[in-house]
Amino acid sequence: MSAVLKPASEAELSEIIASADAPLEVVGGGSKRHIGHPVQAAAALDMSGFTGVIAYEPEELILDVHAGTPLAGIEDMLSQRSQQLAFEPPDFSRLLGAAHSGSIGGLVASNLSGPRRIKAGAVRDHILGIHGVTGAGDAFKAGARVVKNVTGYDMPKLLTGSWGTLAALTAVILKVLPAPETEETVVLAGLDDAQAVEAMSLAMQSPCEVSAAAHVPGEAVYLRLEGIAPSVSYRRDQLGKVLKRPIEVMAARSSAATWRAIRDAAMFAGNPSHPLWRLSVTPSDAPAIIRTLKEKLDIRYLFDWAGGLVWIEAPPSHDASAALVRGSFSTGHATLIRAPEATRAAVGVFQPQAPALAALTGRVKDAFDPRHILNPGRMYRGI
Amino acid sequence: MLTMPIPDQDTIRRRSAIAAALRRIVPGEGVVAAPVEMRAFETDGLTAYRQIPLVVVLPETVAQVSAVLRYAHENGIKVVPRGAGTSLSGGALPLADGILLGMAKFNRVLEIDYANRCAVVQPGVTNLAITKAVEHKGFYYAPDPSSQIACTIGGNVAENSGGVHCLKYGLTANNVLGIELVLVTGEVIRLGGKHLDSEGYDLLGVMTGSEGLLGVVTEVTVRILQKPETARAVLVGFPTSEDAGQCVADVISAGIIPGGMEMMDRPAIHAAEDFVHAGYPRDVEALLIVELDGPQVEVDHLIDRVSGIARANNSTTLRISASEEERLLFWAGRKAAFPAVGRLSPDYLCMDGTIPRKRLPDVLQGMAELSQFHRLRVANVFHAGDGNLHPLILYDANDPDELDRAEKFGADILRLCVKVGGVLTGEHGVGIEKRDLMPEMFSEGDLAQQMRVKCAFDGKGLLNPGKVFPTLHRCAELGRMHVKGGALPFPEIPRF
Repeated sequence: MSAVLKPASEAELSEIIASADAPLEVVGGGSKRHIGHPVQAAAALDMSGFTGVIAYEPEELILDVHAGTPLAGIEDMLSQRSQQLAFEPPDFSRLLGAAHSGSIGGLVASNLSGPRRIKAGAVRDHILGIHGVTGAGDAFKAGARVVKNVTGYDMPKLLTGSWGTLAALTAVILKVLPAPETEETVVLAGLDDAQAVEAMSLAMQSPCEVSAAAHVPGEAVYLRLEGIAPSVSYRRDQLGKVLKRPIEVMAARSSAATWRAIRDAAMFAGNPSHPLWRLSVTPSDAPAIIRTLKEKLDIRYLFDWAGGLVWIEAPPSHDASAALVRGSFSTGHATLIRAPEATRAAVGVFQPQAPALAALTGRVKDAFDPRHILNPGRMYRGI
Repeated sequence: MLTMPIPDQDTIRRRSAIAAALRRIVPGEGVVAAPVEMRAFETDGLTAYRQIPLVVVLPETVAQVSAVLRYAHENGIKVVPRGAGTSLSGGALPLADGILLGMAKFNRVLEIDYANRCAVVQPGVTNLAITKAVEHKGFYYAPDPSSQIACTIGGNVAENSGGVHCLKYGLTANNVLGIELVLVTGEVIRLGGKHLDSEGYDLLGVMTGSEGLLGVVTEVTVRILQKPETARAVLVGFPTSEDAGQCVADVISAGIIPGGMEMMDRPAIHAAEDFVHAGYPRDVEALLIVELDGPQVEVDHLIDRVSGIARANNSTTLRISASEEERLLFWAGRKAAFPAVGRLSPDYLCMDGTIPRKRLPDVLQGMAELSQFHRLRVANVFHAGDGNLHPLILYDANDPDELDRAEKFGADILRLCVKVGGVLTGEHGVGIEKRDLMPEMFSEGDLAQQMRVKCAFDGKGLLNPGKVFPTLHRCAELGRMHVKGGALPFPEIPRF
């Protein structure tokens, strides 16, 4: 690939896509460019020309922003008004060797959420509107600048997590929320995987409003509490009673650093030749998944989302141990977040779909991109 | 009155053969074909519209749903899915040439999984029954549409239903983890499950709120939450709607997301007070109920802050619930607002636009002018936190002119909502009620893209036609309708 096309307006973007006779790779900030099957494209479609905040209305909980806008600047802007993207966007730049944490459009296109996902929901739960151009070159919009809307199909959700295979996003409208005034983390030491998941489940079943629950094997179980100070300290005491175990408490500063590391899967950075899997599974299945895999592979792993998100770093191999990893659970999915290009070309990066679902997925692709111009093959063969 | 697609007389002539074919799939009393018995299905919550269906089928198994849909698909017969029939937008209005597919017999809670904080239920289980099934363990299902005693979770998924707690706890879409659905071809697909994120296109997100146009849901996995430890409410009266609106904005700007934040205007306050005697002040233009939930210490702290913000915004009355009884009394008026308004008038239309909150005073002003113009009264209840307005238009259905004026008034209100940057519906759905207003909000290109998604699910357009979209297009036609040089070669097709 050599050519880079950088449209400056929606009309230009529409013209480029409508007149394209070969596939285009849609690139936002490029931070997650190496997730997915390698795209065989004639040119890159650089979306960084669509930059800037269209509207930020803190009291309406609304952020309307051009899709190419860097995420880091947006997070700074929100924090100045004590607000945040509640789904806690991860920064995989160190993990994937990228220069920065990427664009807001890339974040929406990948639907990647951090530890607070268990309480606050994912990117898809915060998307309110989109503007974009389909693979047919048609500009369209859906959703609006209000937080509650059921008018027509929820196209913003459909585009969230579509990895640029349906449309090139030019603007996104997101629900923003108040940032907690303070946080604390309750630390439980000395638990094995099964005990850890059980403790996290107990915590999540309590009214303590745990906003994140992770298990770093060999280190500790971490349970985060957020909110106003008197509430946080009350809930910390309650949590101690629910868990019936000795707890330690980590204050706000180290709590924030701990969760940043978990959010970004930092413990797996610097090992680029080792395939890294991200599994979304039934939380209580997590210990058995690890038990099964440990019998056959030398792995490193991490539980987030109270066990519902399992990171697994496998030893280097030509197929990233895909069959073993995907054979370790019955429901859920495993995404190959990091692997050498040759591996990503050979192995299903996204979970293979049952035939009827795969066929429907193909028809949805065709509804947006009938000529398969946008990121063809990035998610699934022929999509 | 809105018109529906012209029924296919050929299908209607085949009625007894179709009923016989359905009886082979669903034996016994699962097929209802006698017109007098089908009358129970002729309308939903939008009672101004009625239609006896071609035939009613009430399957009990997924295999039967699949076979019914496959039969309909192979024979080109339309299908209208139905839950409890509480839709306020006419989503379950039958078609004269369509099979009505009732899901009421899918009424079992299949599994409750506390360890993973979810419940697996059949679609005919009522919204409230989910909470009832888990409340002995301190859990509940968060979305609480006001019809929750009757409406089913399958219907909630179809409509993406909300309730008064949406701002903090989300709509149905944010509380459903997975579904099993049957496509019109009879194919059975599972989306999501007990895991949080579902990879691939978010078809679960598209199905939620698709108003029965894309598939039939046969199983739902929902998130269940632990009930907050306590809840308290503040009842605040304001001399103007501007003050009340500013109070809401200031609460949110202060970083507080209340469990519920409801506003009522003067006519709604008076109607509710006359009916329930909740102790609402009568000399205010706007009344706000702000409910805080969570641990006691947090609730007490936030009640103080909200009270301070209310006083700073010129509140004239302010009461804080001192007991659970008093909190429920504050809510009693609001929850009875619809029947209370119903006492003032034989009928009312409940509208459902959402607006940017800061435009509330403009919209209320505009509504007052429209009320004069259309010579009909309107009372407003408002999910103030998320900007979702429920104007209640009072009319008499026995007077055809009043119904006509009421519908025009409602349409004008929704146009006003769109004009100030809002939307046609916040939680009730488009259905038939707002169908013809869709072009106010979407360009023809935007609508064409939505219809292409419809085609991916239902290429023959057999599921719930005549709802949501103001025009019917053949899918092949949509395939050719693309932008060329900024201009849409959209054929002018007459609205039905």
